[in-house]
Amino acid sequence: MIKSELVQIIASRNPHLYQRDVETIVNAIFDEITEALCESDRVELRGFGAFSVKNRPPRAGRNPRTGDTVDVEEKWVPFFKAGKELRERLNSGD
Amino acid sequence: MGDKTLTRADLAEAVFRKIGLSRTESAHLVETVLEEICSTIARGESVKISSFGSFVVRSKNERIGRNPKTGEEVPISPRRVAVFKPSNVMKDRILSAHCKRQRTGAVVREPMKAAAE
Repeated sequence: MIKSELVQIIASRNPHLYQRDVETIVNAIFDEITEALCESDRVELRGFGAFSVKNRPPRAGRNPRTGDTVDVEEKWVPFFKAGKELRERLNSGD
Repeated sequence: MGDKTLTRADLAEAVFRKIGLSRTESAHLVETVLEEICSTIARGESVKISSFGSFVVRSKNERIGRNPKTGEEVPISPRRVAVFKPSNVMKDRILSAHCKRQRTGAVVREPMKAAAE
């Protein structure tokens, strides 16, 4: 499923809303999550999962082809942990 | 920064600010969107949201685990897990926001440290 299909599904369940409004709503939800992560905040959605940012400290990496040491800078990466309910739903059906 | 936890209520508030539906309806829409993503993943289908990331379902084989406390071997049954692969857009936004803040933060902290010494 891609975003436009998600928008269509939500729009079909809410006939009183324009599809472009549904698109704005869906975008607002994902933007809000991304912005929170930019601030290092956590986003915890019970039953679904939690988004957080993990810090990767600087390290000395290596060029695998030449073996040269290269400095790898500190990084911050988004992380998602699936919630309990989602984990259970994934493994209940079959 | 960094000490807050956002919940459904904050997402509903964002929808409310953006489109001016009632708070109740905003909350309901957030719930519908999350539930739709959840049930799609639960069916084993992946969900791709451009410029955000994709949720992919992976199947894990059975393997032998160990109870770390007792050292006892326990079989871990085959199962499905949901993984999130962030898009490059999201990764770039988060990285640049943190790098920028760290640079400005360092400038603020330096004089304070000097004053303490």
